[in-house]
Amino acid sequence: MSWYLSLPLILPFVTAIICYLLRERAIGAWISVAGSAVGLVAAVALMALVLDHGVVAGQMGNWPAPFGITLVADLLSAVMVLITAITALAVAIYALSDVDARHGRFGYHALFQILIAGVTGAFLTGDLFNLYVWFEVMLIASFGLLVLNGGKEQIDGGVKYVVLNLVSTIIFLMGIGLLYGQTGTLNFADLAIKVREVENQALLTVIAMMFMVAFGVKAAAFPVFFWLPAAYHTPSFSVSAVFAGLLTKVGVYALMRMFTLVFDHDIGYTHTILLWVACLTMVTGVLGAAAQSDFRKILSFHIISQIGYMILGLAIYTPLALVGAVFYLVHHIIVKANLFLIAGISQRLTGGSDVYKIGGLYKASPFLAVLFLIPAFSLAGFPPLSGFWAKYVIVKASLDEGLWVVAFIALAVGLMTIYSMTKIWAEAFWKPHPDGIEPKLATLPGRAALLVPVIFLAVLTMVIGLMPDPFVEFATRASVQLLDSTAYITAVLGEDAIAAPVPDLDDLPTTEILEVEQ
Amino acid sequence: MEQLMSILIGILVAGSVYLMLARSLMRFLFGLILLSNAANLAIFVSGRMTSGAPPLVPDGLDTPVGVVANALPQALVLTAIVIGFGLFAFALILAVRAYRSLGTLNTDEMRVAEPKEQG
Amino acid sequence: MKSIILIAGSRLLVALLTVFSVYMLLRGHNQPGGGFIGGLVAAVGFVIFAIACGTEDARKALRFRPTDIAAVGLGMALFAGIMAAIWSDAFFTGQWLFINATPEDKGIPLSSVLIFDVGVFLVVLGSVLAIVFALEEEV
Repeated sequence: MSWYLSLPLILPFVTAIICYLLRERAIGAWISVAGSAVGLVAAVALMALVLDHGVVAGQMGNWPAPFGITLVADLLSAVMVLITAITALAVAIYALSDVDARHGRFGYHALFQILIAGVTGAFLTGDLFNLYVWFEVMLIASFGLLVLNGGKEQIDGGVKYVVLNLVSTIIFLMGIGLLYGQTGTLNFADLAIKVREVENQALLTVIAMMFMVAFGVKAAAFPVFFWLPAAYHTPSFSVSAVFAGLLTKVGVYALMRMFTLVFDHDIGYTHTILLWVACLTMVTGVLGAAAQSDFRKILSFHIISQIGYMILGLAIYTPLALVGAVFYLVHHIIVKANLFLIAGISQRLTGGSDVYKIGGLYKASPFLAVLFLIPAFSLAGFPPLSGFWAKYVIVKASLDEGLWVVAFIALAVGLMTIYSMTKIWAEAFWKPHPDGIEPKLATLPGRAALLVPVIFLAVLTMVIGLMPDPFVEFATRASVQLLDSTAYITAVLGEDAIAAPVPDLDDLPTTEILEVEQ
Repeated sequence: MEQLMSILIGILVAGSVYLMLARSLMRFLFGLILLSNAANLAIFVSGRMTSGAPPLVPDGLDTPVGVVANALPQALVLTAIVIGFGLFAFALILAVRAYRSLGTLNTDEMRVAEPKEQG
Repeated sequence: MKSIILIAGSRLLVALLTVFSVYMLLRGHNQPGGGFIGGLVAAVGFVIFAIACGTEDARKALRFRPTDIAAVGLGMALFAGIMAAIWSDAFFTGQWLFINATPEDKGIPLSSVLIFDVGVFLVVLGSVLAIVFALEEEV
């Protein structure tokens, strides 16, 4: 059982090592594709197992929880791992054409695979300290990818990205220390039980706020999002696609995990703050996008506004709202990664990224224009695409709770999103190129590798949009699991964990007894 | 002892915030080191301070004898130090590169990726 | 910086530190030591060599590129974890083999944990040297 959980982690690492040792040769890129494909198979197997058995837990090295390293997959984790694997495969194929041999020699493919391993690890881990470790794995790989080009822009964006993420990491670490001091454990399932026994619940709220800030930075939520638009438009397109798709979602995932499983002691306080954060994030993100003219900068600000919707789902904290949040999370990864990939093709065709200085893309390829419209309309929430259902569920959840203003903001932000998307459409696709260039898709070198992942992700968006039933049903099951932690706790700690929260002292090593006595 | 350590952590955090508010990137990084040391100390203190022996199991026994220190925070701090070291080394190299290519370490002047609006 | 005394001394120190690092590596698991400390000590040896004779000579003495060493080490550590599959245990379960074991004496213990430690040794050695060489050459 535990191998199902470890394989999605092992495979990217193995691929990374092989890619690195073969970085001088052109085959490295293909190994990255092959490794990602096998990783996708492993993720599908894990998903099938979780659908079949419910929450699955594995103890690494056979050390029992809560003392050993635990990997856990509930439906949310499993779907995140699956979507990570899908994105990884799409971007790996795209990189065949987008990443040149020079970057390959610098270890692009190895870093990319390590990034995927870090993201997957963060989704699968069952304890807080390992979440920190996986965050770091992810960060160090993303640092490397960000500055791989070594140009002025990359270094400048990299500095801002690095320092702000380091600060968030340290706040996270301090929160871990304080939480350990209060509960004596760091295992998620064990924490869920132990936090209820903490005497000083007010202190617990303070710790919860530290985690909110730390994960908020990672997720690029309202007051702490500045690093994202500073950095995401600088690296190569395949890198920014995988960043845009996955990295912020890890922050959202961590928020969802911690604020459903562990910190549900003072929902009135913490989740009200989350509600405000969510609304402000949506509004600032979409306004920021309206002011931008660079293709990728517009998209970067839209990441921020969309993160707001996901946090909104968590903040409302009803079953329906969480369904929306889970659905949104999955839909957004596909759509956003796809838009960045299309931005890459557009740059290739027109030679620029400022939408006012490029044009003629529709004439170059109406097919590409359709491929752009699918994720763009999905992002804005047009029926019958995936984004419509995601927005619909979240808006309905807020209306059910009587949060009229919130629902209004969510809808208004959707409208503003359409404004930005039509700006890109009108400038980059519709109008002729101001320099008189007539871009041609048919003569673009390496276009197959660029187009295949875009088509693949667009089809996925269509499928989710046209057949939402199984996906909504899945999200419903996932949100039920999030709200009722019993299955999660028993899967990790065993059947009698909830009935008898104090572990049997005879079974523990002495140091642990000391810890309990203290 | 815990109280003293808490005060020390507070001083470290205060110092690091002061340094991080500076415009110079180097000062910011020094503040970051102080902050990460404060975080490590916080983990260490939260494992409770005991005057015990190192948590080692003697030959032929299954458990350590007498009062031993709590091993878990030590392991966590060690891991955090190692990771912090790696990240910090990277940040330092990045700072050197930034100085080379941008010609400044003043964060206010780093506007290549986000140029000021004209007019 | 070229100093005859440092160059002559570093030859001796490098040899000593490398042997000591292997000793630290092997005494790990049950006593203080292990791959991490061992790797650091070995890295210190090469760093001294690099300071005395320059990074170019140190790279030559190392024979392989530091990042390659780290990658191979990571592979070994992973392999040690995957080995557990042969005995159908969970990932990273330690596998032990006691050669010449008697009821009183454990004999020579061989384990997948040792392979993991050697992997960690190489990762630490490789990555520390990669960072130090990069900084040394940058200045």
